[in-house]
This record gives sequence, structure tokens and C-alpha cells, in this order.
Amino acid sequence: MTFIEARGLSKTYSPRGAGPVHALDGLDLVVPRGTVTALLGPNGAGKTTTVKVLTTLIRPDHGTATIDGIDVIAHPDRIRPIIGVSGQYAAVDENLTGFENLDMVGRLYHLGARQSRARARELISLFDLEEAQNRPVKGFSGGMRRRIDLAGALVTRPKVLFLDEPTTGLDPRSRLGMWDIITTLVGQGTTVLLTTQYLEEADRLADSISVIDDGKVIAEGTADELKASIGGQRVEINLVDPADAPVAFEILRRFGSSEPTGSLEGRELTVNAVDAPVALQSILAEFGARDIRLFDAGMRRPTLDDVFLKLTGHMATEEDQDQDHQGGKAGRAGRKKPGKESGKTATGADSGTNMANKDEVGAAS
Amino acid sequence: MTEASLAATDRSTARQPEFRQRNTAAAIGNWFSDGWITTRRNLIKIKRVPDILVFTTLQPIMFVLLFTYVYGGVVKIPGSNYTEFIMAGIFAQTVVFGSTYSGSAMAQDLKDGIIDRFRTLPMSPSAVLIGRTNGDLLINAISMAVMMTTGFIVGWRIRSSFLEAAAAVALLLLFAYAFSWVMAFIGMSVRSPEVINNVSFLVLFPLTFISNAFVPSNTLPTPLRIFAEFNPVSALVQAARELFGNVPPGSPVPDNWAQQNPVLTVLIGITALLLVFVPLAIRKFAQVSSR
Repeated sequence: MTFIEARGLSKTYSPRGAGPVHALDGLDLVVPRGTVTALLGPNGAGKTTTVKVLTTLIRPDHGTATIDGIDVIAHPDRIRPIIGVSGQYAAVDENLTGFENLDMVGRLYHLGARQSRARARELISLFDLEEAQNRPVKGFSGGMRRRIDLAGALVTRPKVLFLDEPTTGLDPRSRLGMWDIITTLVGQGTTVLLTTQYLEEADRLADSISVIDDGKVIAEGTADELKASIGGQRVEINLVDPADAPVAFEILRRFGSSEPTGSLEGRELTVNAVDAPVALQSILAEFGARDIRLFDAGMRRPTLDDVFLKLTGHMATEEDQDQDHQGGKAGRAGRKKPGKESGKTATGADSGTNMANKDEVGAAS
Repeated sequence: MTEASLAATDRSTARQPEFRQRNTAAAIGNWFSDGWITTRRNLIKIKRVPDILVFTTLQPIMFVLLFTYVYGGVVKIPGSNYTEFIMAGIFAQTVVFGSTYSGSAMAQDLKDGIIDRFRTLPMSPSAVLIGRTNGDLLINAISMAVMMTTGFIVGWRIRSSFLEAAAAVALLLLFAYAFSWVMAFIGMSVRSPEVINNVSFLVLFPLTFISNAFVPSNTLPTPLRIFAEFNPVSALVQAARELFGNVPPGSPVPDNWAQQNPVLTVLIGITALLLVFVPLAIRKFAQVSSR
């Protein structure tokens, strides 16, 4: 049953000294009750703007949005009591202690003094924050701040929880801790809309994924459906001598089910294959016959990275106005936008982007 | 984590949310409660960030001593002494500067994202601003007490009744309170705590100095004198001086309506500022979001 429904949301900003930015451009989204949906996309894709519209923080220029049948734009005051929000940065008061922050949120939900205190204590023990409850948040680690912030979103046991990049900027250990907490929440049937730029995170936490780019949803489905949409498994080979690449490229094309990717000069080549074990055997036999030597060869299931790159063809570009916490902008800036069908002309840029993307996920996980 | 503690609310109770039964009394109760909770947040900040309180107490003491002893010897006020003349000026300058905290604090809250948290809570949209401006009011009240005590020590005397003196204090604090709303609005519009601090310095220093706060306005060069006579800070200073009984008998009061009726002028000014900027700030608050 539909719980959150957004239709044709659009929002355009006109920053000073720059052209208009279409943060949302006709975004449609449906989140069924009791499920976890991930909005997956690069910085500037419109993830945060979507969450801000649904949590009553900004009004869209066009489009409609309802949560539990209530119109978000017409009745923000009726939405606020039923939602919990945890943002990209911990929205906590630095000068208050962990306990005081949660107690304040409870009182502002009008729970009353006694219930607010009780709930704050309960959340502090649930989130394992006892040691920090009586210290001002100022001295907390990033992970602890996020936990306080998430606890703040759960003060009233919301019907729907919005998590905007819940692990961005966290160290690996805090990130795993946050995943455990979210997994527990999800197990209890809370409807969750989470945004992430980490494909691994969406794969791990979400029932269904909406891939979002340039303010629109460009693909929807479960992680497996999205992986399947890119077509079978992949065969990867790693050449000893890059001079063999043109020949190897032709062999891969013959036995694979797609155009091979990787650079002609480089050593690594990848091709899709409907029946990867058979394709790999044939490819290796052919390589053996032609005396092409390999460092490595193998099969792998497509990752969400592949899906994402196949769908969007690019990562965040320089024009994107959204904040970039990852420091990855320099690495991604100026990359070409390869065609949707990664042909020979674009393969270099494609694999380059792919690697940059892996680095980013690796660094954060 | 336990099932009961985190699970979504039961659907049957969810069908009839609390806001349905909201009545006027409960709404007013919530408004007071929200305002108090956000005020308390600012009081805790004053307690936890000692530099605010130190600055708030030391700066006025410093001003009283500097002006009294550095300029007191050279500035001759006909029929009075400089200490008596200067105190109303220092009071006005200090409380006006004291109300700029609201500007930088709102900008900082916006930057930190906590405004987003507040705006997604079912609380009164004016509560954060009420809490913030109340915080300024308290800081200014402390400053006033410190300045008055220091003033007494260096020879300032109230030459009117207790009620008039109380009215002077109330007028100074009210004016600053209204000005806090202006600054809160500007803070949400400018969104940078640093810009707010620098700009308020650049605007408020001339505004408080090109006035009758530290010298009688008739001693100023003509363009500055005209500015000073119509400067709202001059009206505030003149009103405070009148109510404390510190108007020097030997200096003529400029012949314009505002200077002749300073208390009324300040009251009108306070009313106008509040009527314009309270709704503007609340409306702005309901629209802003971090970044």
C-alpha cells in the first residue's frame, strides 16, 4: 500500500551569477508502507531536495506529494507530527548535552516533561550513548552526533523516517554501527526513505531503489532487478601485455553478450555474458590457442556501480550545485559523458569513472 | 532495541492524530511551552559558553570606565558632569549591540542545520525566534545591571524617581528587544554569522557614535548634527536621559519633534519595529532551510 507518493515534483533555484538549477525536474516516487526505499544518486541529483519537500522544509514549484494520504504542501502541520527526519549533518545543539537535545525534541513534540525525559533516557540507552548523555554535544565524535541526531528523529516513534545520507562523512566503524541501527528499525516495519550516494548502502538497506539523476527518477526496482537489467554476469580479464588488447577485445566481443569495455591500450577488459562460465571457458581456450598471457581472469556479478553508470553514464559534474562533502569533485570533474551504450569510443572514460566511483565507496566504507 | 520502543505507531491511533483535537487553550499552552523550551536552550548556551557572559559583563564596565576617565576630563557638559551625561549613551549603545546576537545566532543555527530540525517538528513557528530574542533580552538585562552598578561606583546618579528610572531601563530593554527581531530577520536572510558580525559593527558604530550618546549633538558639524538629531539612537538616549533625570540643564534640546518628545518617539519606534519585523521574521523562518 502506498505510503509516500510524489508526482511531478519540480524545483528550480536561481543562484546569483549562475543559470537556473533544476534541483527537481518532474520527480515521481512511490514508497509502499513498511518498506525501505533508497534514493540513489550522485551529489546534486536532487536527493536532498526531495527529502526537504517531503519533510515540509521547502515547497516545490510544481507537483504533488502525500504521506499517508495527507497533502504535504497544503498541510505541513499535519505531516510534522508523523515524520522523523535525520539530515546529512547532525542537526543537534552543540551546547546542549545528548540528553538535553533529546529531551528538548520530545518537549517540542508536546510529549510533556515526564514523557520527554523518559523517552530521552530510553533512546540514550538504545543508542548506546550513556557515557555521552551528560556532556555537551560539542565534544562528541561524528558518529555519536549522528546517533543523537537519529535518536532525535525517533523521539515520537514516527510512522515514516527520512534519512538523508545517514552515513556520509562517518568513519568505517560508525558507518557499520549506523547500518546496524537502521537494519533494526527496518526489521520493525518502519517506513523509511533514505538517500545515499553509496551503492553498497542502498543494496544493503533498501527493499527498493530509485536511481535519481538530474532531478528525475531514471530507474526503479530491487537491487537484483537493477543488476539483472544490465544483463547477466561479467567476465573480466587482465592482460600481461597490453599489445594483445586489440585481439583480446575481439575475442571478448565474440563470446560475450555486449560490447567489451576497458581501454584498448590498457590491460583490463570486461564483457557481459549471459552464461559467464561457458563464455569464460571459451575465452580462455581462445587465449591459450593464441598464446595470449593473462595476469588474471574471472567472473563477477554486476554491482550497483555498474547499474548506476549504465543508467546515468556519469558521476556528478562540475555544474552540480549541491554540496560535495566527499572531496571527490576534483577527481570527477571534467569527465566525459559516455553514451548510454558504452561503445568503443567512450570505454576509456567509462572505466575511469567506474574506478573513481569504487574509490569513493572504498574510502567511505 | 525493543519492538515497542521503535516501531511505528499503531494505525488505529494514527488515524486520529492529536492535532485534530487541538483547541485554542491547548494551542496557547503549546505556544508558551515552545517559547519557554527554546528560551531555555538559549539560557543553557549562556551558561555553557562563558565568553558570552564575560564579554557581556566586561565590555560595559570597560566602556563606563573608559568614557568616564579618558574623556571625562576634557568633555565639558554645561550644567552637568560627563559621567552623568554619558551613562544613557553607554546604556543605549550596549543594549543595541547586545541585540545583534540574535542575528548571528540565527545565521549560525541555519548553518548548523538545527533550524531544519526545528522546522520539521510540530512546534509553533515563532518559538525559535521568541527563544532567541528572549536570550538577548536576558543578556541585555544583565548588562544593564552591571553598567548601572559600575556607574554608581564612578559617580553616576539617578536624579528622578524610582518609577521613572525603571521606565528608562524598560524602554532601553524594549528597544533592544525590538531590534533583536530586526537582527534575527537579517540573520536568516544573510545566512552568515561572520557577515552579520562585521556588518553590524560597521553599521552600529556610526549609528551609535553619530548621535547624542557621547557628546551633545549641537557640538557636531552640521551634516552630522542633522543626522544625529534624527538618529533613532539619539531619541533613545534622550529618552533615557530624561527618565534618569540626567539631561544637562545647560544644553538646549534640539528643536525637532523626536528630540522634544523622545519617550513617545521611542515607544512609536518600538511598536513599528515589532509590527513590521515580528511577522517578517516568522514568515522568513517558515521558509528558510539550511543551504
